[in-house]
Amino acid sequence: MTAPILEARQVGFAYRGSPATLADVSIGVPAGRAVALVGESGAGKTTLLHLLLGLKRPTSGQVLFDGNVVEPRDRAWMRTFRRHVQTVFQDPYSSLDPRQRVDRIIAEPIHSLGLVRRGGSRAETAQRVAAALDVVGLPEDAARRYPHEFSGGQRQRIAIARAIVCEPRVLLADEPVSALDVSTRARIVDLLAELRDSRGLTIVMVSHDLAVVATLCSYTAVLERGRIVEQGDTAQVLGSPRHPYTRRLIAGVPRLP
Amino acid sequence: MSLLDVEALHVRSADGRALISDVSFSIGAGARLGLIGESGSGKSLTALAVMGLLPAGMHASGSIVLDTGATPATEIVGAAERRLNGLRGRAMTIVFQEPLTALDPLARIGRQLAEPIARRRGLRGGALRRAVITALEEVRITDVDRVARAYPYEISGGQRQRVAIAMALACEPALLIADEPTTALDVTVQAEVLALLDALVSARGMALLFISHDLAVMAGISDRVVVLKDGHAVEAGAVRDIVTAPRHPYTRSLVAAARRLGGALDTLTRTAP
Repeated sequence: MTAPILEARQVGFAYRGSPATLADVSIGVPAGRAVALVGESGAGKTTLLHLLLGLKRPTSGQVLFDGNVVEPRDRAWMRTFRRHVQTVFQDPYSSLDPRQRVDRIIAEPIHSLGLVRRGGSRAETAQRVAAALDVVGLPEDAARRYPHEFSGGQRQRIAIARAIVCEPRVLLADEPVSALDVSTRARIVDLLAELRDSRGLTIVMVSHDLAVVATLCSYTAVLERGRIVEQGDTAQVLGSPRHPYTRRLIAGVPRLP
Repeated sequence: MSLLDVEALHVRSADGRALISDVSFSIGAGARLGLIGESGSGKSLTALAVMGLLPAGMHASGSIVLDTGATPATEIVGAAERRLNGLRGRAMTIVFQEPLTALDPLARIGRQLAEPIARRRGLRGGALRRAVITALEEVRITDVDRVARAYPYEISGGQRQRVAIAMALACEPALLIADEPTTALDVTVQAEVLALLDALVSARGMALLFISHDLAVMAGISDRVVVLKDGHAVEAGAVRDIVTAPRHPYTRSLVAAARRLGGALDTLTRTAP
């Protein structure tokens, strides 16, 4: 087993004056795989994702990227980190600035991470944006339009294009398909699988939807009330669940006759 | 004669766009019908039209007749607000996706639930308090005393939806409309609330109009289903036939997407001991 690209070591998190949101969470994300964090509301999935993203500092324990401690207070370090670790949120309606054209939205990481030299060629940026649009399956002319002109699924493609434009190694996604209709959901799951396979992109996905998890992720960690109660290969965790909570989650999924 | 007869329903927006076009269906007393479709298909709008609650500016035409037997048959389309008010709650009622929209944030649960019970059954004092407790027990809330004294923000999402269902059932309506009632809930809670709805609707012989985007959820609770797309009913039939042998291309694509997403999980869990 190779060293994980992203890792949480005995991580705990508590808001000031509140009981712990996360306690003693350890998980290693192997490079090139898709990992699912599953559980119900309040389980701590999103908090764990925020810790892995360096948006919060763990109260105890450490988050490591490539073996180095993620230090949210070190801005220079975080800039390099952000180049490699990007994110997609759940709601494609609130995660895109409605007043900016799609090309500016997608180019944002290029500018904020300083990937194109100051005064550097506009053409280079445009080229990268066009390439990102192409990867997510949007037409070239999408660049000059505004978010409101797109459907939910297309907006989520725009959010994914923004996340991958700087060619990160890891994509952290918080319920990336929950807000979408079922046919759109299937297509976005396909897109994420393709990014994983063609670019070796590592994906960490928070999801409450076990069908999506089983389709996309080969490794699954189950969280309940701030603790990981079970983790391992998805086939193992969902196919032969050991923890009663995992069994309850699986039993609750409505099935088609 | 059915309990609810929707005939050639059209709904137009204020600027004249067709939102629902020529939708017809009927529900017999005690029967269950589902409306399924993706966002923008017009399923929630159809429910609002049945309740006579279309947003201002929208215009309905066609016919929606509600005939509970207890009250004279009523044409909902174009009915006076006073007439509709007499039907809402008593003859038909609706449970929405987000229970917080149905609950007053500033009133304790017990008081909110007491209001419709008092109005419908004319109870007061100790008898009313007991009826409220019974209503909460019926929706299988375990710590009844705490929930009755709590404000909506103090209880969980699942408990809130149970309370919203208790309020909807308080007036013993003949028709219950449930608009994505479990979509905002966690999967284990969703399973419990669906089982609860199923049991209550059967026990009381209520008719159910169930609205969902989720074929699997629909298959578990509904008998017949109407598939809506862009405001048109593209297919209707027994829910089992629709999910096993869809005829319309749109229904086929919907079922295929659901099966494809569910396939991996089915394969994994089927091999489970």
